[in-house]
Amino acid sequence: MKNGVRRSKADVVYDTVNIAFLTLLLMIVLYPLYFVVIASFSDPSAVGTGKVILFPKGFNLNGYDLIFKYKQLWIGYRNTVLYTIGGTALSVSLTLMTAYAFSRKDMVGRGFIVMLFIIPMFIHGGLIPTYLLVRKLHMIDNPLTVIILGCVSMWNIIITRTFFQSTIPQELFEAAKIDGCGNIGYFFKVVLPLSKAIIAVLVVFSAVGQWNSFFNALIYLNDRNLIPLQLVLREILSSQTQMMQQLELGIGDQDMAQKTFLAESVKYGIIIVSSLPILCIYPFAQKYFVKGVMIGSLKG
Amino acid sequence: MITINRVKQNIGLYFLVLPALIYVIMFDYVPLYGVLIAFENFKPIKGIWGSDWVGLYHFARFVHLDVFWVLIKNTLSLSLYSLIAGFPIPIILALALNSVTSKKFKKVVQTVTYAPHFISTVILVGMLNVFLSPRLGVVSQLLNSIGLTKGPLMTLTNPDAFSHLYVWSGIWQGMGWGSIIYLAALSGVDPSLHEAAKVDGATKFQQAWYIDLPSIMPTIVTLLILSCGNILGVGFEKAFLMQNSLNLSTSEVISTYVYKSGLLQSQFSFSAAVGLFNSVINLVLLLTVNKLAKKLGQNGIF
Repeated sequence: MKNGVRRSKADVVYDTVNIAFLTLLLMIVLYPLYFVVIASFSDPSAVGTGKVILFPKGFNLNGYDLIFKYKQLWIGYRNTVLYTIGGTALSVSLTLMTAYAFSRKDMVGRGFIVMLFIIPMFIHGGLIPTYLLVRKLHMIDNPLTVIILGCVSMWNIIITRTFFQSTIPQELFEAAKIDGCGNIGYFFKVVLPLSKAIIAVLVVFSAVGQWNSFFNALIYLNDRNLIPLQLVLREILSSQTQMMQQLELGIGDQDMAQKTFLAESVKYGIIIVSSLPILCIYPFAQKYFVKGVMIGSLKG
Repeated sequence: MITINRVKQNIGLYFLVLPALIYVIMFDYVPLYGVLIAFENFKPIKGIWGSDWVGLYHFARFVHLDVFWVLIKNTLSLSLYSLIAGFPIPIILALALNSVTSKKFKKVVQTVTYAPHFISTVILVGMLNVFLSPRLGVVSQLLNSIGLTKGPLMTLTNPDAFSHLYVWSGIWQGMGWGSIIYLAALSGVDPSLHEAAKVDGATKFQQAWYIDLPSIMPTIVTLLILSCGNILGVGFEKAFLMQNSLNLSTSEVISTYVYKSGLLQSQFSFSAAVGLFNSVINLVLLLTVNKLAKKLGQNGIF
């Protein structure tokens, strides 16, 4: 298939077109990301006047300086880190526990309970009844709300159950039972140590989801000390002038144009700073994400 | 008796399910029951059973509002556009990637095209906002410098541009990710089919067209069914984030309308009715398309 075998003319054309097509797609996806990076540390006025296109111009970290002084952003950062850790821990534990039980054919009433979990995938009450419930429980402006809501995903449970069914033989439990091991002990001592791969998949799925989520916080959190990074970002990235006031620039001698340029270039820096953790785990995460989709596609 | 013994033997399993079950009952079934407020004039102080029942009043009101057809039109056109433009691209990408011989090149394309999937919606919309910023955005600068436009770029506030921005930024973000599932299906194609085809003198294009495409057809159909079932389910987040006062005529979709009328204007019953209307239609669509697919000889999703 590789070297040595003569390719027909049609195949040469096909390969060339194929590579060209993929290279084009590659550029289209890569360029906006690349541009954000170079714009974030170029001279703001060069960015603002369209002089930065392919290469950075006039190395300048003023934008980053301002970002590090912007308090609300770091409050948001702290909150997001906490919500991500809490939400991921809760969601992964519940998913593993539930999926394991669902993988056991000898569980009486399993079909019925699984049904209970599947129905909400297709019909749900929607935003308003959920909001009224949360309000009734006095969980508005409670950080636990954004950690708890959405912690059970049937999709993840199905993936995990498929994993358990295909990797942990039922006979193993029979053997452990003879040794006097109960279900819960077996789950913690035998199943979990054998499930590192799926745990990694779930952690990555749920951590990235939590890091990027903003809907629940928008609905259920009003306190500015509680709002996560994505809500802060939304404020900064959606309006042009707000940023200037909030950063309390206090630089009198710069003219208005310079300030506006800087405000724009700060946005590029903020995109970088807030995506940094995701960027750092991306090479690692990508592998597990793909694995998750693969397991999911076996039995979706 | 035997059943009770079997339950007792595995009592631990029920403890493992219990926390998630409590969650599902609490946050899935209680709101499902709470949907009853769509059929009454719900007053929070009076509760669900104390409020006055009004039957289908809110549904009738919604259907007769001027905004009804605007919402339906916006929601439908956004998701149809997304579906028609966005559905084939991951398939094409997967087929193209599958016939690449250089492992390294394939890996690079995959790594890069998957990356946008990890960007949050807020950042994606933020990127659109800074790139297309009327005066300082890079697009505005470029178009001005080659003389295609004069003065500030009004794309972000142009109602006609909204759907294009929405759909194509979605494709930019999702095509790589969407291709994974097809690549997974393609990796299951029997290599001997390709060998046999090569012996018969099939070109690479013919192999992709006559072997690869048919073998991922079941996956394509399943995903198509799922997308069709979600045709009125345009997500809240992105549409909401991309909205501004000038593009509302095309950017208001059902989910953002539910949020505004329900939470910002506190019309709980009315917006619960709108939400319910939406999810019932989605369910009916899903079931219909599923049935249709089965009639056409494909595997449904259930």
